Amino acid sequence: MYAVIWRLLPGPAWVRVLLVLILVAAVLHSLATWIFPWVNTIVDNQEVTVGAP
Amino acid sequence: MLGELLITGGVLVLLFLAWQLWWNDAVMAAAQSRAAESIAQGWTEGVPPDLEPAPATEEGYGDPIVAEAPGNAGAFAVLYVPRFGADYHRTIAQGTGTDVLNSAALGIGHYPSTQMPGEVGNFAIASHRSANGGGMHAINELQLNDAIYVQTADGYYTYRFRDFEYVPPSTIEAIAPVPHDPEATAVDRLITLTTCNPLLSTAERIIAYGVFETWQPTSAGPPAELAAMMPAA
Repeated sequence: MYAVIWRLLPGPAWVRVLLVLILVAAVLHSLATWIFPWVNTIVDNQEVTVGAP
Repeated sequence: MLGELLITGGVLVLLFLAWQLWWNDAVMAAAQSRAAESIAQGWTEGVPPDLEPAPATEEGYGDPIVAEAPGNAGAFAVLYVPRFGADYHRTIAQGTGTDVLNSAALGIGHYPSTQMPGEVGNFAIASHRSANGGGMHAINELQLNDAIYVQTADGYYTYRFRDFEYVPPSTIEAIAPVPHDPEATAVDRLITLTTCNPLLSTAERIIAYGVFETWQPTSAGPPAELAAMMPAA
């Protein structure tokens, strides 16, 4: 999977490394901005009340 | 291929936990703190800063004013606990659903079945310990007689920490007017803090009880220790 991405990227190695870093940054940013806040609303791993919630 | 997917999945889960427990926790804590600040300032704004304290009788200011409970998610109080930090303040709102506990503007939930601040019985509240602002992160550090202040539009209620309990999550009796004696008629005014225990687990609940000590109306200003930790208006 990651080997395929690496092959698809154009340019010499240092350009590919740069592109990979940009891709990783974009993925992390979208995770923190959209995906994780959404997951946080549907997983309830933080119960703090007694009795029925 | 499959191996890479599984590793990626594992990394995503770890990333989420790191985000939830540190990044988002810190962001939410700051937001909840600011929100509590602005609510508290709204209550004291009309009060002149150099207002003479109202003459207290020998019994202090008499029985505390007990406000009517607001609707769900309605903010009605701000909690100050010096032991949790000199700048610790959080909004208390009605209800213990995620709409209150996971809110960046609220953070601490009041069990609707329990009494209000100053009322005879049990003022029971819940909050996160290790995510979503972690309003009760330092609960286990409370020591006997530590002050627990509750500010409302009416005034300042001072409670003193009494003891802990570690109970299974089903222990609804902990928030009864007389804890663990639901049939009894309350004579004391208690505050009860509940959150998860141990840290990062939901296996148990940690309960912190406090006993009402005194109250003073908004016009009399906050108690000295609380005044020092209230944000400057």
